[in-house]
Amino acid sequence: MNQTAIRMEGLGKRYRIGERERYLALRDVLARTLSAPLRWMNGAKGKYGAKGNRHARTEEYFWSLQDVSLEIGEGETVGIIGRNGAGKTTLLKILARVTRPTAGHAEVRGRIGSLLEVGTGFHPELTGRENIFLNGAILGMRRREIAARFDEMVEFSGVERFLDTPLKHYSSGMQLRLAFSVAAHLEPEVLLVDEVLAVGDAQFQKKCLGKMKDEAAAGRTGVVVSHQLNQVRRLCERVVWLDGGRVRMSGPTAAVVSAYESAMLEDSAGQPARANERARFLGWKVRGDGSAPSCEVNTLEAQELQFSVQVFAAAQQVNLGIALRAADGELAWAWEARELAFERGRHELRFRFPMLPLRPGVYSWMIGLWDAQSCLDLWYAAPAMVVSLPNHQHPLEEWNGLVNVPCEFSVARHS
Amino acid sequence: MAETAIPLVAERAAAAGPAVTRITPPGTWLDLNLAEAWAHRELLYFFVWRDIKVRYKQTAIGAGWAVLQPVLTMAVFTLFFGRLARIPSDGMPYPVFFLAAILPWTYFANALAGATSAVVENQRIITKVYFPRVLLPAAPAVSGLVDFGIGLVLLAGLMAFYGIAPGPGALLLPVFLLLAVLTALGAGLWLAALNAVYRDVRYAIPFLIQLWMLASPVAYPSTLVPEQWRWLYGLNPMAGVIEGFRWSLTGQGQPPGALLAVSGMAVLLMLLGGLAYFQRMESTVADVV
Repeated sequence: MNQTAIRMEGLGKRYRIGERERYLALRDVLARTLSAPLRWMNGAKGKYGAKGNRHARTEEYFWSLQDVSLEIGEGETVGIIGRNGAGKTTLLKILARVTRPTAGHAEVRGRIGSLLEVGTGFHPELTGRENIFLNGAILGMRRREIAARFDEMVEFSGVERFLDTPLKHYSSGMQLRLAFSVAAHLEPEVLLVDEVLAVGDAQFQKKCLGKMKDEAAAGRTGVVVSHQLNQVRRLCERVVWLDGGRVRMSGPTAAVVSAYESAMLEDSAGQPARANERARFLGWKVRGDGSAPSCEVNTLEAQELQFSVQVFAAAQQVNLGIALRAADGELAWAWEARELAFERGRHELRFRFPMLPLRPGVYSWMIGLWDAQSCLDLWYAAPAMVVSLPNHQHPLEEWNGLVNVPCEFSVARHS
Repeated sequence: MAETAIPLVAERAAAAGPAVTRITPPGTWLDLNLAEAWAHRELLYFFVWRDIKVRYKQTAIGAGWAVLQPVLTMAVFTLFFGRLARIPSDGMPYPVFFLAAILPWTYFANALAGATSAVVENQRIITKVYFPRVLLPAAPAVSGLVDFGIGLVLLAGLMAFYGIAPGPGALLLPVFLLLAVLTALGAGLWLAALNAVYRDVRYAIPFLIQLWMLASPVAYPSTLVPEQWRWLYGLNPMAGVIEGFRWSLTGQGQPPGALLAVSGMAVLLMLLGGLAYFQRMESTVADVV
């Protein structure tokens, strides 16, 4: 039975900006009210219009979210991506009930757990143990739930030794781990996560992602806001792209994320050369023999990789470096070319491979041009390259390496 | 028969499923969701626990402050008001007269100060997690009861010293205590809401408390007010609360009457008004705090 866990209809959020001061003082309100008749008599006009006069005041409004209608089913993990200021956090805040929408409505089925920040409510004077209870309670857990999962939380965070020390003596890394371990053991039906997975060291992030995937597997619904597209790819089946407060695209992860990356790229590609810019990589694509160009490798056919670069000033004796890294940063392949020459203008750099037999996953290209003076451009290519070949290696994942090359096997008897 | 009934009930419960939350824009009418606040009562306990723990951590005397404050105040007031100014004290020794009033008063003043800054101090969690915000000004109203309890022990000691036994009115003490809590809550809600929006309110608090104390029968009995104006005096909710406390704790003083009735009404109005105003503020608090 797959019910809708979250239904949003025409959600909108409007903020008032402009003349409204951030903090109001009662004395100002009183002064304004008392002097209103005076100002009216003087027929207040001038540079700021009738500042304080209700009728003539022009307040500016800013719609941070407009007409957002989405349905998220039970057990789905949906990612929300978009530029800064697109309204992602506002949407999450509305779902978390921290702020109320200006228009539209939403329905959420189940207990809502919001992870908009790690360590919400942590108090530096209290010990780690006390803060676990406090944080858990603030996040919505009952006392007996916290007590039941207490040991698990402590173990996950790894701060067992310091459990009875005041939090202010913890390092920021320890505080983070403690905060996340409490949040990770929150078991709501709907979990809202805002960029919190972006913090912490790589090893801990891996642990957190693993825990989140377990939650998803257990049938919990998740809404994840993140700028880290790799994480979004790993966690989410569906992605919603918010742009300027509206839903620009919504669909399967791969499609939406690629579209987003391409759009981001186009923005930077179209810009004129900046002050010291000598070259700029514009884009890349890969094409298998007999396929259309894309960012995906899905056959063992020969592949042609192509990078476009715009050179603003001619250069000689240029060296090229290129590297391919797997999702966890492991280096898969690298190469260099020396003593190239470039005229001004646009160039295509082509690399032809007999095949790219890589373990299925997400990979990132890095390419750079240098000459004796400086680096012309170094580019961490986006979008990432997706390899979706069938597995030609050992059936067990722990025995899968980067080189996903098929082999022909036979046994011959030695007589 | 019973066997078929039970699975049916369980089925119905399962079919109801997890709770559905409706998220809507703030409405124009009052939207008191006290049921939700009650469901979150454990969180109130945690806020109170946090406030008390933090208050006494790393302090030299710790809970001793709950005793020191009333004792010193009583000593100073007894000297200047009781002895030198010779304010009448309803037939009981001035120290007892004063202490029986300063205890509920201190509770009220602390709850008020705590409530005013409650929303602003907790601004970080308000903007990140949802819980009924009314718990925030309620927490100081509850945590103040601890200090009050400690003070009561002190009062008992003092009364024993003077040989004063509480009368039958002592049974009504829980009623007066409840009234004090409701007053603290009512005033606290107003101030918490006002301070969240107009930030200069908290500067007025020490001043407000001082004036309010002078307007309440703490250092002097309410009989000082002429009979025909006493009902007006009763509009101060703390007037009824304090006289009531004094009467029930010591068995002497002013028994409940018109004053208490007027004060009681004032408390109710203040509380309802406070809840309404707080509710209105609550829907926008995360945007302005």
